[in-house]
Amino acid sequence: MALLEVKDLQVRVEEREILHGLNLTVNEGEIHAIMGPNGSGKSTLSHVIAGKPGYEVTGGQILFRGEDLLEMSPDMRAAKGVFLAFQYPVEIPGVATMTFLRTALNAQRKARGESEYSTPDFLKKVREVSKSLNIPQDMLKRGVNVGFSGGEKKRNEVLQMALFEPSLCILDEMDSGLDIDALRVAADGVNALHSPKRAMVVITHYQRLLNYIVPDIVHVMSKGRVVKSGGKELALELEATGYAQFEDAA
Amino acid sequence: MPAVQETVDRVKRIDVDQYRYGFETLIESDKAPKGLSEQTVKFISEKKNEPAWMLQWRLEAYRRWLTMTEPTWARVDYPKIDFQDLYYYSAPKPKKTISSLDEIDPEILKTYEKLGIPLREVAMLEGVEPKPGEDDPNRRKIAVDAVFDSVSVATTFKAELKKAGVIFMPISEAIREHPELVQKYLGSVVPTSDNYYATLNSAVFSDGSFVYVPPGVRCPMELSTYFRINERNTGQFERTLIIADKGSYVSYLEGCTAPQRDENQLHAAVVELVAHDDAEIKYSTVQNWYPGNSEGKGGIYNFVTKRGDCRGNNSKISWTQVETGSAITWKYPSCILRGDNSRGEFYSIAISNGYQQVDSGTKMIHLGKNTTSRIISKGIAAGKSQNTYRGLVTAHRKATGARNFTACDSLLIGDKCGAHTVPYIEAKNSSATFEHEATTSKISEDVLFYCIQRGLSQEEAVGLVVNGFVKDVLQQLPMEFAVEAQKLISISLEGSVG
Ligand SMILES: Nc1ncnc2c1ncn2[C@@H]1O[C@H](COP(=O)(O)OP(=O)(O)O)[C@@H](O)[C@H]1O
Ligand SMILES: [Mg+2]
Repeated sequence: MALLEVKDLQVRVEEREILHGLNLTVNEGEIHAIMGPNGSGKSTLSHVIAGKPGYEVTGGQILFRGEDLLEMSPDMRAAKGVFLAFQYPVEIPGVATMTFLRTALNAQRKARGESEYSTPDFLKKVREVSKSLNIPQDMLKRGVNVGFSGGEKKRNEVLQMALFEPSLCILDEMDSGLDIDALRVAADGVNALHSPKRAMVVITHYQRLLNYIVPDIVHVMSKGRVVKSGGKELALELEATGYAQFEDAA
Repeated sequence: MPAVQETVDRVKRIDVDQYRYGFETLIESDKAPKGLSEQTVKFISEKKNEPAWMLQWRLEAYRRWLTMTEPTWARVDYPKIDFQDLYYYSAPKPKKTISSLDEIDPEILKTYEKLGIPLREVAMLEGVEPKPGEDDPNRRKIAVDAVFDSVSVATTFKAELKKAGVIFMPISEAIREHPELVQKYLGSVVPTSDNYYATLNSAVFSDGSFVYVPPGVRCPMELSTYFRINERNTGQFERTLIIADKGSYVSYLEGCTAPQRDENQLHAAVVELVAHDDAEIKYSTVQNWYPGNSEGKGGIYNFVTKRGDCRGNNSKISWTQVETGSAITWKYPSCILRGDNSRGEFYSIAISNGYQQVDSGTKMIHLGKNTTSRIISKGIAAGKSQNTYRGLVTAHRKATGARNFTACDSLLIGDKCGAHTVPYIEAKNSSATFEHEATTSKISEDVLFYCIQRGLSQEEAVGLVVNGFVKDVLQQLPMEFAVEAQKLISISLEGSVG
């Protein structure tokens, strides 16, 4: 059974159709890249999978391990293993990152009927992961993303991915606003999380990121549809030719 | 902390029509006849075996009250109160005087347990009397002077406080045992003529706490009182008086919850604080009176006068409040900065949901030289509620070098509620420096979704974001209260979104 199956998905925002029958199948262990010009609906797809309010699904379905994802509340989707790394992670003033991590992790575990982490186990786990991501401990004491640099915010997303151990990670424009060094640290973090049980969907406008996170399958999106899929060489091809050809095809 | 945690969890399990603390205790009570007259005042005074001077004081207040009218300037709206349709005194029938917790009516103890008041836990953890040799200085102690309806039914830790010379007792007892102190200070901060509700309180006050900390003494534990309304139609008129003599320090915690009601209940407390030279008083409140049902029916009317007098040089008074309950809140804990270099602080979290109306804030009256004050107010409005911050900062002609910093932040949840900021500033000398900052924001959908995507429910997400918003104030609370307050904040916002 596929991990994620998006079938003929049609989505409207404020009476306007944004996705017009989108198909996508992702299996465990695979890394997919979704590329496409600005406004083609990449973020919309990621939001609908995660359950962000404000989108109206007018047709099609999304199955997660065969279960109807659209019937689940967004927090339940998270507990089931859907993780969305945001393009612009928000700031939550006054809520220490450590508190946030712990609250979220325990909420997910509770929803799955698992026991909450003990404080020492939790601290041990956070320390390990944050060390590998080059996240200093004092950053964890600060408010969630408050005053974090672009790179720190993205590393904080990867840190959460590592802690929550989701089976589907969707990364929306992880490279935006990062310089090469910051991008490398974040990408290394993501690669370290790659496993045969976990799938990644990497959304990006640029080919650059895919030098660091190498996809098995590349999809090209245009005007609310997947218009072409292929191997990793498709990304290089796009880099050379641009998106113009697909704009016409769509 | 585990004790507090446990009791809070227990309270959370009690679920009566949203309001988690709504229940009644079946005990006999001893009531004054309905209505207010000189007879009622005399009845109350007699019940309490008060000396003649106290009755006289009450009667003068009552006569004054007859000439006054209810204030209407606050942004609150409620049907006219029929003061003749209320009871002004109600006491659990006393069996005998109490020396240990075991002698308290088990029904009453059960109520406290349901409320999550760590009376039993405190007794168990600390022993009613600490055993010799077992004294762990790291363990914080809370002395609980429990007020049930109008009469204090239990006082713990008396022995240890006595050793330190601290007087902590129901004010009704202090009137008999320390008349010289009560006569000297009662009404010296909030005079009987102060305002409609304070004057009413002066005539009919039922009970409350009395604290006196002698010169140079640092009170060895947090003092705490829990209030509770239990009789239908019983007006609650608590009276608290705290005096910190020269160079002393005391931290006082007050927490309230009330059972569910159909009729509105009037609560008009008066709290007076006096800080002498180099003394410091920290007064913390968590207020969670019944706010009314989902249609805005019922709920407590909370008209409170709280005022601190920094009477001595270098004295300090700090108010911290977490206001989550009541249908109507009318409350302005204030500081009179009389002594030179004295300091006043006001930290407030005021949450309104449903049809609640909050009009709260503070007054900082700078009279002495180089006096400073700080106001941090966090208002959170949800549902169809109205939340107003009303503040006054004044510097007298002689208050040279007075300084104030005010920050008022409001957070709106949903679009049917309102937040309002009404600051008054008056500087009568040019050397005063007043700074005022105010922000109003809406809770961000993107922030909520971020939390929910990470596994939090909608309500948990709101609770988390709001707790972050109020963190600066929560930090001012003693640890025991901070945990409880944090839970309360989340509970009181349940059902506010979505
Ligand atoms: N909340 C919204 N309201 C109105 N239009 C939206 C909203 N979100 C996205 N859109 C529109 O949907 C289209 C796809 O946007 P998006 O999914 O963000 O594309 P991408 O991520 O590929 O750049 C764009 O035309 C955008 O303007
Ligand atoms: Mg996008």
